Formats: sequence, structure tokens, C-alpha cells
Amino acid sequence: MRGTAVSAAVLLAATTAAACGGRDDGDGGGTASGACEGQQTTGITDSTLKLGGIYPLSGPASAYGAIPKGIQAYFDYVNAEKGGIDGRKVEFTVRDDGYQPPKAVEEARRLVEQEQVFALFQTLGTPSTTATWDYTNQRKVPQIFVATGASKWGADDKHPWTIGWQPNYLSEGRVYAQYLKQEKPEAKVAVLFQNDDFGEDLLGGFKKAIEGSKIKIVQEKSYEVTDPSVEAQMRDLAGSGADVFLNITTPKFGSQALAADAKMTDWNPLHVLNNVAASVTVLKPVGFKNVQGVVSSTYYKDPNDPQWDDDAEMKLYKAKMKQYEPGADPAVPYHAYGWAVASSFHKAMEAAKCKTREGLRDSVHNLNNVEVPMLLPGVTMKTGPDDGFPIESMQMMEFKGERWSLVGEVIDTRKEFGPLGD
Amino acid sequence: MSESTEATETTRAVDTPEPAKDERPAPATPRDRLVAFTVRNWRWIALGVLLLTAVWAPFQLVPFRVFQFTMVMVYAVALLGLNLLTGHAGQISLGHGAFFAVGAYGTAVMMFHWELPYPLTLPLAAALAFVIGLAFGVPATRLRGLYLALVTLAIAIFIVPLLKRFESVTGGSMGLTLEKPSAPAWTGLAPDQWLYFLALAVTILAFVAVRLLLRSRVGRALHSVRDSETAAEVMGVKPASYKRLAFAWSAMFAGAAGCLYTWTIGFVSPDSFTVNLSITLLAGIVVGGLGSTWGPLLGGLFVMFVPSFSQDINKAAPGVIFGLLIIAVMYVAPTGLAGLAGRAAHWFNKTRSNRILRKG
Repeated sequence: MRGTAVSAAVLLAATTAAACGGRDDGDGGGTASGACEGQQTTGITDSTLKLGGIYPLSGPASAYGAIPKGIQAYFDYVNAEKGGIDGRKVEFTVRDDGYQPPKAVEEARRLVEQEQVFALFQTLGTPSTTATWDYTNQRKVPQIFVATGASKWGADDKHPWTIGWQPNYLSEGRVYAQYLKQEKPEAKVAVLFQNDDFGEDLLGGFKKAIEGSKIKIVQEKSYEVTDPSVEAQMRDLAGSGADVFLNITTPKFGSQALAADAKMTDWNPLHVLNNVAASVTVLKPVGFKNVQGVVSSTYYKDPNDPQWDDDAEMKLYKAKMKQYEPGADPAVPYHAYGWAVASSFHKAMEAAKCKTREGLRDSVHNLNNVEVPMLLPGVTMKTGPDDGFPIESMQMMEFKGERWSLVGEVIDTRKEFGPLGD
Repeated sequence: MSESTEATETTRAVDTPEPAKDERPAPATPRDRLVAFTVRNWRWIALGVLLLTAVWAPFQLVPFRVFQFTMVMVYAVALLGLNLLTGHAGQISLGHGAFFAVGAYGTAVMMFHWELPYPLTLPLAAALAFVIGLAFGVPATRLRGLYLALVTLAIAIFIVPLLKRFESVTGGSMGLTLEKPSAPAWTGLAPDQWLYFLALAVTILAFVAVRLLLRSRVGRALHSVRDSETAAEVMGVKPASYKRLAFAWSAMFAGAAGCLYTWTIGFVSPDSFTVNLSITLLAGIVVGGLGSTWGPLLGGLFVMFVPSFSQDINKAAPGVIFGLLIIAVMYVAPTGLAGLAGRAAHWFNKTRSNRILRKG
């Protein structure tokens, strides 16, 4: 048959074509000269700086899609009123991965190869960041201040181009341990935790930190993200006779556990709620009268807290959000988070000796108690050759009335427990 | 499933050469002969051009695009399996993503824990998915329609917590990170190009396998089961065993696609294989064209490119745009994109024969 012959010929031609070699793996960007000779300058010129971020704008985690709005507002403000970072106007490109790792890989490649960004400024979520960090480190593209609290970004020495920002879950566990040592040195603790890396990291940090103290964990119960409810676990924990309840949960389960605790009038432990579930939007459906006295921890200024009403940075933030992101509500803490992380980037970029990818990488690993006005007073960024965790201090807060109020001093886990990873 | 029947009708119209063609007297001049040859074999020529483009593309495109097309082929292989089950055997599955996950995790575990060389993992992952598909094909023999949809949905839902459970094997919710296969030195190919050609080879193999399968006795049996079980039984086809086999084969292709996925991404985590994936795959094959030859490829292109395209239109709600586009495609082309192409080809054939008639 003629058709078959033709197709066979075509296939043969195709395989021959395939046999001839690869391509030059050239990068579109140039290199610097002078003192920083040979370092990469892709995505950066004397007047512009291109950054790319990957966030879940759609899908189950789309609440985090608010973060880039705060970042965008900050960069718009800096571009328009401060002449950019060191005179470079920041172009911030946001892509959606729907919280799916394969999409994150695709978008990372798009940003690096097609948009030719200088750096990935934030990828959100542990799975998405894990899926992309091999790629960014092979391409030697900085992946700065990733929005996840896993401890591996700072503990790994094979990925020098990736670094976290927010306090990691291990440190948060240490903060609660330190707080209990001061407030309830003989606490009997019941723990509810999410059965994944997040829950295990936080609980692991807590357990390690209470070693050698009189604090005891009397019972621990886990749940799966797919569980419909944690009520059964709560009933078991109530029977343990603990006087402290450590609530390591994501928002949905956090509010379930809070509601269950409120319902059980015969068990009234000190309720310690972890940071990711401590948003006012989680507490509201439970009823504010039911969550009085619950404690948690934080590291940046809450736009809902009236004590910051006269704070210069908070005022600036609210005014500029209104001006540059008029559709976004400045009271949403995720916007403030975005603002804080963007201004952290600003400081790190300014401090870089070489305005190159290498320069940024070295700069974020050499932060020396850098103050960021949107962070709580006393919380600073510090990194070093062996310390890849920018923020490791948090302050406890207690729920009073309709909002969180800060209590005590900032707890610096570095000072109390030494560096992580030991 | 009325859509699927329609879809094959169109395909059949495209696939069977019109007998009138060969009865035409051979044109005299060489130019006419060339034209006639082209016209008669346009499908082979189109296929050849497509293959040539596929081979030539990775040398011209940036790695990011090469990666995108690799993923298109990964989805196309998975959709081939789903097409076999849903388009040709008429069984609905909302759990195809679970078999995809079995292939992906199977490969990851084999490469991570057993350190098998990666080419070996492809047949093993496919075989593993085949066996599991066969087991889950049992309910398919007893249930139909919505009930079957529900059972398969349950598979898709339960795979995620299952993968999180056995942490020592699956890496828990952190997943497993793997080395990506690199090209042998003699090829001189970059890693992304090598992965592309691996995916291309598997895709071609899968397309040929499905083609041969459908042209055989088995293919006809599947169609008869889909169109009328009673009639099939009267003709001596056992619907139960064919349904079960259809499940197993479709799972096998999903498993092979999952293996390619692991090679390409180099990372697996339970959250990559949520119910969403199964539903996206089903949407992909329906949009691509149920029961059609090229539906899986078109569906793969749709699943890969439309979400990022809808993101470019509206950053605030890419999901909404994606949904609207699916509705739009189904409205314009109820038999899927392949059906649309088929109709266009049909129209082209008609106008051509009209012209020849007029000439003659």
C-alpha cells in the first residue's frame, strides 16, 4: 500500500532528523563586569528589576492569593514614590499554580526561561516549592523568601539558591515550649496535630524543646486533612486530664477544635492555637465569647490590632493599599504579610554588594539583624553561613474581646535554644 | 451516552476512505497526478507532517516550551486510556487520576527505594496499574451509569489519604524527590529534549497500540458493549469480561502516563493527584472528543494550555475562565474538538467532490 510506504519514509526521515544533536544551553541573560565579573545579570538592568512569584490564585488554597496583592501594592508604591529599589523599577509577575506541583514547575520554567526574571520572589506552599527548587538551583536562579514554614529550606545545603522567610514550624513549636516553661512549668499537655509534615514539624520542635523540663505530653491525637471532623479526637483528649491543649491545625480544623473545646464545659485547659489557624476569620464563627483567653503567636503587625493605629508603617501600609490596590481590604492579614515580605526583599536587595543573582543569594544569607518595619518590634531578620532561617522570633498573643493582644516579650528561639538543625 | 456514539459516527466517516475515490480515472499530467496523490493520501501526509514537526520542535523551542509539550504528551497518553474506557467501552470513570497516581508513585518508589534504572520502571508501572485496574474493574461489571461514577470517584478520593499513610514507602505528604533521567552522552541532547523524546516514543507506541486494539475483535466487542449490552450478549460477547478488561487497559495507559509524569517532574506528592486531576482528565477527553482518534491529543493540549491561557485573560479568577471555556467548547463542538475537526474535514471532502463533479 502506497500510504504505508509514504508513512514509513516519513518516519525514517523523522528519526534521522532526531539523531542530529542537541542545542546550546545558552541563557538569554548577560553577565556583570567589574568587581562582580562573571555573575549573572539576567532580568536586571540599571533601571528595571524583574521578579516572578507563583501563588495559588485558584483551587483549594486560593485564600493565599491575597499575598501577591500586598506585594504588588508595596512595589507600586516604591516604584512611583521612591524611584524603585536602588533606582530600579520592580516588575512583579504573578502566576497561578492552583497549589499543584506540576503547574508550579511549568510556571517556574515560564518565569525563568520566557519572562527571564531576575529571581523567583516567593513560591507558595511546601509541595510547590519542593517541586521547583531542584530546577531553580540547577539554573542558579534565586528563589527568595518562599512562603512556607517547612524547616527544610534552611536546613538543606544542596540548595543554596532557595531560602525561606517566615518562622518555620519547628521554631514555632519552640516558642510555645518556652512560653509554657515560663507560665506553666509543670504543664500536662494534650496535643491535636495534622498528620503531615506541618504537624510533625511543629510537634517535633515542641517535643525537643520541652526535653529536660517538667512539662509532659499526656496524650496526642492526629487527624488527616481529609477527615470530616476532629470531634472524636477532642473527646479523647478531654479525658486525658491535661491542663494545656496544643492545637496544631489548619484553619478548618482549628475552628472545629475551638468549638469542641468551648462545648466541653468540664474541660478547661489553656488553649494554645498555632499561628496558621489564628486568623480572626477562623475564630469568628466559633463565637468570640467562646475563644477568650486562647493564646497563639505572631511575628508581624496585625492590621486589625488598634495598638498599631498610630504606627507609621501601618499608616503608610493602609494608605498605599488604598491608593494602589483599591479593591483589596487592608484589614486582611495576608495583605500585610505581602507588604512585610516585599519590604524584606527591598532591604535584602539594597544590601547586596553585587546587583546580580549571586549577589542576592549572598545577601539573603548574610542578614544581620535587619529590621523590617512591618514586623513586630524586636523581631528581626538574621541569617549566616550556617543559618538559613531569616525569622526565628515570635511573640505570644492572647485573644481578648474581639482581637488578639500581644503579651510578654518577643521570644527569640535562637537565643533560647541555639540554632536549628542541631 | 449519545455524545460518544455521535463521536464515533463522525470518526468513522473520516476514517473510512470513500470508495468513490478509487474509481476515478487517473489524471493525465504529472501535476494532476501529484495533486490526486496528495488528495488521496492527505491523512498520511498530515500525519507525517505532524510527526516531523514533533521531532523538529524540541530543537527550535526554548526548554520551557519543550517541557510544556512533554506534559501535553503525558496527558495525551492518560487520556488515550480514558478514551478507551469512556469513549469506546462506554464506562464512565471519575477515578482515572488515581491510576495515574499509581503509575507515578509506582515509578517513584521503584526509582527511590529500589534504585531501578528508569527505563525498567515504565513497563512495571504500566503492569502494576493494569493489575489494580483489573481489580477495580470488578464493580464495573455490576454497576452502571451514576453508580459506577460514584464508585470510581471514591477511588480518586481515597488515594490521597492512602498515599499519606505509609510514610516510609511513599514519603508521606512530603512526597518523594527524584533524579530526572538524563540523556545518554551519545545523543548530545539536553535533559528536557531527552524527556520529550521519551514521551514522544511512549505516545506513539500508545497510539499505535490503541489503534491496533480497536481494529481487532476486541475493539468491535467494546463498541458493541457500549452501544447495546443485550445485543452484544446475543452476538456472543461477554460484556462483563470486556468491561473489566477495558478498565484494566485504561488503567495501564494511565499508569504509563504516570510514569512519564514522574520522569518529567521528578517529584511526586499526594496533593498532585487529588480528585481535581481525575475531573480535569475527564473534562479533557470530553472536550477533546470522546471515542475519536485524536481526541486524547487535543484533550491533552486543552488541559495543558487552556488554564494558563485563561490566566492571561483574567488573573483574579482563572478557574472561572477555564470553566466558561469548557462550556463554550461544548456548545460550539458538542462532539469535542476532534468532532469539530472531523466535521471540517467532512466539509472539505464534500466541497472537493462537488468540485470534481462539476469539473467532470
